[in-house]
Amino acid sequence: MSSETKKYRVLGTRPRRHDGVEKVTGSAIYGGDVQLPGLLSGFILRSPHAHARITSIDTSEAEAMDGVFAVISGKDFPEVADKIADLGEGSINLSYLSDNVMAKKKVLYKGHVVAAVAAVNVHVAEEAAARIKVEYEVLPSVTWVMDAMQDDAPLLHENLCTDHMGEKDEKPSNIAVHMHFEKGDVEEGFAKADVVVEHEFKTATVHQGYIEPHVSVADWTTSGRLKIWTATQGAFTARQQTAEILQIPISDVVVTPCEIGGGFGGKIAVYVEPVVALLSKKSGRPVKISMTREGVFEGTGPTPGSFIRVKIGATSDGKLVAGEAWLAYDAGAYPGGMIGPGCMCVFSCYDFEHAIVDGYDVCMNKPHTQAYRAPGATQVAFATEQVIDEIAEQLGICKLEIRQLNAAKEGMRRVDGPVYPRIGLVECLDAVALSDHWKSPLEGENRGRGIAAGFWFGCGLKSSVSVSVNHDGTVNLTEGSPDIGGTRTSIAMQLAEVLGIDTFDVNPQVADTDSVGYTDVTGGSRVTFATGMAAYEAGLDLQKQMVQRAAELWECSADEITVEEGEFKGPGENASFKELAQELFKDGKPLVARASVAPDCATNGFAVHIVDVEVDPETGKVTILRYTAIQDAGKAIHPSYVEGQMQGGVVQGIGWALNEEYFFNDNDTMDNASFLDYRMPTILDVPMIDTIIVEVANPDHPYGVRGVGEPPIVPPPAAIANAISEATSTRLFDLPMSPPKVWKALSETS
Amino acid sequence: MPIVFIPAQLKSLTGGVSQVEMEADNIRQVIEQLEQQFPGIRDRLCDGDELAPTLQVSVDSSMGSRGLRTRVADAREVHFLPVIGGG
Amino acid sequence: MAKTVLVTTTINGEATEFPCKPRESLLEILRDTLGMTGSKEGCNNGNCGACTVLIDGLPVDSCLVLGVEVEGVEITTIEGIADVGQLDPVQDCFLEGAALQCGICTPGFIVAARALLDKKPDADEQTIRFDLSGNLCRCTGYDKIVRAIQAVQESNGT
Repeated sequence: MSSETKKYRVLGTRPRRHDGVEKVTGSAIYGGDVQLPGLLSGFILRSPHAHARITSIDTSEAEAMDGVFAVISGKDFPEVADKIADLGEGSINLSYLSDNVMAKKKVLYKGHVVAAVAAVNVHVAEEAAARIKVEYEVLPSVTWVMDAMQDDAPLLHENLCTDHMGEKDEKPSNIAVHMHFEKGDVEEGFAKADVVVEHEFKTATVHQGYIEPHVSVADWTTSGRLKIWTATQGAFTARQQTAEILQIPISDVVVTPCEIGGGFGGKIAVYVEPVVALLSKKSGRPVKISMTREGVFEGTGPTPGSFIRVKIGATSDGKLVAGEAWLAYDAGAYPGGMIGPGCMCVFSCYDFEHAIVDGYDVCMNKPHTQAYRAPGATQVAFATEQVIDEIAEQLGICKLEIRQLNAAKEGMRRVDGPVYPRIGLVECLDAVALSDHWKSPLEGENRGRGIAAGFWFGCGLKSSVSVSVNHDGTVNLTEGSPDIGGTRTSIAMQLAEVLGIDTFDVNPQVADTDSVGYTDVTGGSRVTFATGMAAYEAGLDLQKQMVQRAAELWECSADEITVEEGEFKGPGENASFKELAQELFKDGKPLVARASVAPDCATNGFAVHIVDVEVDPETGKVTILRYTAIQDAGKAIHPSYVEGQMQGGVVQGIGWALNEEYFFNDNDTMDNASFLDYRMPTILDVPMIDTIIVEVANPDHPYGVRGVGEPPIVPPPAAIANAISEATSTRLFDLPMSPPKVWKALSETS
Repeated sequence: MPIVFIPAQLKSLTGGVSQVEMEADNIRQVIEQLEQQFPGIRDRLCDGDELAPTLQVSVDSSMGSRGLRTRVADAREVHFLPVIGGG
Repeated sequence: MAKTVLVTTTINGEATEFPCKPRESLLEILRDTLGMTGSKEGCNNGNCGACTVLIDGLPVDSCLVLGVEVEGVEITTIEGIADVGQLDPVQDCFLEGAALQCGICTPGFIVAARALLDKKPDADEQTIRFDLSGNLCRCTGYDKIVRAIQAVQESNGT
C-alpha cells in the first residue's frame, strides 16, 4: 500500500522528543559539558600565515611554564601513509587528514594548527601557546579559485598533478581533479535552440555556522584504551580517522558521541580528537579542547567558493535542449572538495536532451572544504535556476510552467548517467501552483517573487540497532546515530509503528562505538531513512520471536498467530504487546532483537521554494517578505521535524544568499572570523517560513521515507536571486548578494 | 546482462564507444571484460585490486555500491560515478 | 599571580559563594567552577547568546560579564527556569512546538524568552524578534521558536 493512502498510528504524529526535557533544562551533556577527574584544558596554536614552510618550532619555554602539563607539535604525530580511507560517506587521504589536524612541514592556510598545549586551565594553556616559538619561511599564497588554477599560481603541493579519472598530468598543479560528463551531443542541441542564455557566476566561501564549536575530550591514560568524548556526526568515523592518524588499532579506541550542537557536514572530519589524545597520553591526564570561534572559522571546513559558467539552450516552446556547465570549486588546502556532486547536480532537476559538464577541484590557501548540507548543489542551483528564469523571460513563458515542462521525472537520465526511479519534483511544482503563496498577488514597488528548484541525492549507508524488551513491556532501542535534530524520536516512532506500541514505550539511546553495531554518519539525509529502516527490521525480528514464544505459551503453531496493531491473537488467546512481553519475561530467554542495514540507494529529495522580496534601492538591502518551502519527504515520520529541517535549511540559504562570506584581505587571511562580522541571519532578519510537505513514497523504504535534511539549502540563493531580478530587473551573479553589491548593481543598471 | 556505461572521460580509450552490453556477475568481471576490449581502462577504474577510492558504482538507480564484488547479474545498467558525501 | 577573589551572589534564588580570578568570565564560573553547564559557550565574545543568563531580571551574555562583577546581584540561569518537577511554560511550549533541533542555543533562548515575556507579556511578533535578536540559532530558522513563544502567550490568555 502506498504511504500516501495508508493510515498510520504513530507515523505522522508529533510527539515530544525523548531527550526534550534534558535539552530545555540545560542538563543534556554536550562535549563541552563532559567533566572528568583531573581534566586539563587545552589550547591550539595556529599559523598566522596563509602559506609558509615551518623552519623550526621551539616549545621549551611553554613546557617549562607552571601549570603546563604537555605540549605537542607535528613531530608528535606518527607518519601516515598516503592512503585513502573509506569514511562511509566520501573518502579521504589520511596523510592529508593528519596534516590538516596538525601541520608537519608547511602551513597551508591562516589558522592551520601547528601546536597544542594542555594545562590546568584554558588561560594558562593560551599563555603557554603564545610562548611557543615558531619560525616560518613565508610563501606566496592564493585564495581565489581562478587565480589558483593559473600555471604561475603558488603551488600548495609539490607532488599534486591533475587527475583526469585515473590519468594524471605530469606537471604539478593546484588543480587536483578534472571531471567530465556528457549526455547526447551539445552541439546538435544548441544548433536546435531558439534561445541560448549563458552567464558566469561566483560564490564566496561560507561556513556551516553551527553554534557549538568543535570540542573533544580524551582520556588516554590508565587502561591503554583511548577514550574519546566528542561532538561528532559519526562516532564510528571519528574512531576510524583518529585511529588511523595515531596509527593504533581501532579496537584501542572508543568514541562516545556527545549531544551535538549542530554539524551540517562540518563535524564529520576530525580536528580536535587526535590532538587531545596525544596531549592526554603525554600529560597522563584527560584533556579537553573546545575550539575558539575564530578557530572554527579559520581552521575547520567551510564549503567551497566557486566560479561557474552555465549555458542553456531552449526551443521557443520552452523545451530545454542543451546545457553546458563549467565549474571550478575550492577544495581548500587539500584535494577532495565537492566538485563531484556539483557536476552531478547542475542539471539534475531538468530533462536536458544534451548536456556537457566540466568540473575542477582546486587547491588554494584556505581551510580544507567540507560538506555544508547538500555539498556543491547550492552553488550550481544559483547558476542554473537563474539561467532558466532568463530563458523563460526571453520566451515569455511562465517561470513555473517552464520548470513543469522540463521537470525531472522517473525514467529521466541525469548527465552523470543513472536514471531516476520514482521521484517527486513534478508533485512539488504542482504544489507550488496550488499554494496560497503562489496564488497571492505581490504588490508594491521594488518587490519581486522568485522560485527555484533543488535536488539532493540522500544516501543510505550502514546502520545497526539493537532492541531489548523490559519486563514492563517497554522497549529499549540502542542505535548509533548521533541525534542532531530529533532523530532518536523519529527512529523510535518507526519501531513503535511496526510493533504497534506507543512512541513513549520505546526508550531510544545513542550509544558509543563499543556498544552498538557499526553505523555511518548522521548526515547525508540518511538517519530517519536508514537507521529508521534498521529499527523497522529489528521490530520485525522482535515480533517474529514473540510469535514463536507465544506459540509455545499458547501451545499452538506459530502459523495460527496473527499480529495486528500490536495485538497478538492465537486460537482462543489474545494479548497486547505489553501483556505478552510481561508474560514471556516470567520464564524463558529474554527478548532481544537486532538488525543492520546497508541500503545502497539514494532517496532523491527534491525541493521547490517560493520567495517574495523587497529591495531598497538606496541601501541595497533585501528584505524577505514571504517564504514558502515545498519538499518531497516521501513520508514525514514526525512532521514537526521535517518542517524544522526545511525551515533551518531555508534560513541558512538566506544567509548564504544575502550576507555570508569569508572576507580575505591582502594577506589572504580571513578578516571576519567572528559571529559579529560573519553575519548569519538572526531571528529579526527572517519572517515565518511556511512549509508544504509533499509525500511521494520512496519505493526503497518500508514507510516511503526520503531524506529531508539537505535539499532545503539548495534553492534559497537561486530563488532569492530570481526574486531580486523580478523586483529590480537586475540580475546578480555573485554570492552573497549583500547590500553593497546589490546597490552597486542597481546603480550600474539605472 | 547489464549495459555498462563508459564514463565520458574514458571514451578516448574506447574509440568513442559509450555503452557496452555484457554478461557479468559482478563489477570485477565487468572491469576484466572492459580491459580485454579496451586495454588500459582497468588502471583508470581501479587502484591495485580495488575499485578506485574516488569512484562508486551505480547499479540501476542505486548509489553507493563501492566494491568490485558488487553484483550486477540482474542489473539493467551500470555506471561509474564519483564518490559523494553528504553533510 | 592574580589574586583570587571570593564573590558572594545569588544564583537561582540560592545564596552562592565562589572563588574567582579577575579574568574569569561569569560563564566560566558557572560552567567550570560551579558545574552548571546549562549555559553554553558558542563564541565567547557576546555574539551568539548561547550563554544568556539573567542578572537582576535582565538578559546578558555571561561571557561578557566578569565573575567579580556579580557580587550582590541575582542571577537566573537555565537551571533555575524550571520549578522542581515542573517545566516553565516556555520550556513546555518549546517542547510541544519542536522549537529546538540540536538544542545548543535552547538554554539561551529560553532564558531570554522568559525575561521577555515577564517584561512584555503582550509582545507582538516584531517585538519578540527584535528582543531576541541577540540569540543565534542555526538549526531551526527561528519559525518554531517564535511560535513557541506565541503559544506561551496564548496559554496565558494574552
